[in-house]
Amino acid sequence: MSWLDFFRSRKPEPATADQAKERLQIVLAHERIGRTREDFLPKLQQEIVMVVAKYVAIDPGKVNVSLDRGGDMSTLAIEIDLPGPQGAGLRRAS
Amino acid sequence: MAEVIVVTSGKGGVGKTTSSAAFATGLAQRGKKVVVIDFDVGLRNLDLIMGVERRVVFDIVNVIQGEARLNQALIRDKRVDTLSILPASQTRDKDALTKEGVGTIIEELSKDHDYILCDSPAGIEKGALLALYFADQAVVVTNPEVSSVRDSDRILGVLQSKSKRAEEKRDPVKEHLLVTRYDPARVEKGEMLKLDDIREILAIPLLGVIPESESVLRASNTGTPVVMDAESIAGQAYKDAVGRFLGEKVEHRFLEAQKKGIFSRLFGGRAA
Ligand SMILES: Nc1ncnc2c1ncn2[C@@H]1O[C@H](COP(=O)(O)OP(=O)(O)OP(=O)(O)O)[C@@H](O)[C@H]1O
Ligand SMILES: [Mg+2]
Repeated sequence: MSWLDFFRSRKPEPATADQAKERLQIVLAHERIGRTREDFLPKLQQEIVMVVAKYVAIDPGKVNVSLDRGGDMSTLAIEIDLPGPQGAGLRRAS
Repeated sequence: MAEVIVVTSGKGGVGKTTSSAAFATGLAQRGKKVVVIDFDVGLRNLDLIMGVERRVVFDIVNVIQGEARLNQALIRDKRVDTLSILPASQTRDKDALTKEGVGTIIEELSKDHDYILCDSPAGIEKGALLALYFADQAVVVTNPEVSSVRDSDRILGVLQSKSKRAEEKRDPVKEHLLVTRYDPARVEKGEMLKLDDIREILAIPLLGVIPESESVLRASNTGTPVVMDAESIAGQAYKDAVGRFLGEKVEHRFLEAQKKGIFSRLFGGRAA
């Protein structure tokens, strides 16, 4: 190890406590809401699947819900695999 | 067929979740298909340590109660693509877990994984019993401290009598000792139980010794399993333990207090 390396390796670590605080604030804000209100995600997903299934033959297992909780905004993405034109048995609108 | 590994201890706060996250990530980094399950229903924390807390939609209880499919509840790690996490529920209690439900989940996960890691809650109640019930192997996490060693001994007894393997009189659960928060300086001063003493008392094969290290707190602050921190001695020790688990011969490191050179004394160097 050269002298230079020695000093380079001594550069101060970025503090991580701020990151810990921010992560906690976000996750706790969401959990506290969950305490007073029932978790609606399972029901929301079920109902969406039911509505979609009314129009297309889908495999309920191919429905993926992903969530990213943020401080100001969360995004909920619901991804549904729709069968191709053959499998779907699409009827032509008359 | 996957191997089911429980990470257990009896005593609380000894490093089960830290070790589960590190071990799961370490095995996945070696190309294994790994899923790590949080069994601490009501007090989930593995999601935070793995850094996926913002992405939890469904949990193990939703799956058991038929509200979500297993593949919808699994969170795929964004850093290591062969790793996924099945979170515990934060709002229900341990009674929501059933042996049948957990059995079905493990059977299904077995089909397309190499390892299923179960992060046990503390104690020897329902949650801990379910976490170890399906185990083929057990990592017994122990701190160099009297109550932790005693509780580890207790949990070894439970593994030998209450696991599925024990009930079915099959080969016993393979046991591994993982000593964590080991502080060689304090051992040398005679303040802390020696590694050899712990090994002599528990008498099970030693998988690894993880030194006490400040990097573990840094890792939990940022939600990065400590094994991903190449500078960290705890991370390196976990990596070594993963190697041993996979059958490699790896010398134990960090068992002796680091002799402080003049510079680290001057600059107050600490264990990374
Ligand atoms: N090698 C280590 N060096 C320093 N701190 C550590 C080390 N291992 C674990 N810790 C700290 O010990 C505490 C408990 O760790 P952890 O949550 O992994 O334990 P646990 O056994 O899962 O606890 P519980 O029984 O509550 O589930 C945490 O604050 C963690 O950062
Ligand atoms: Mg834990």
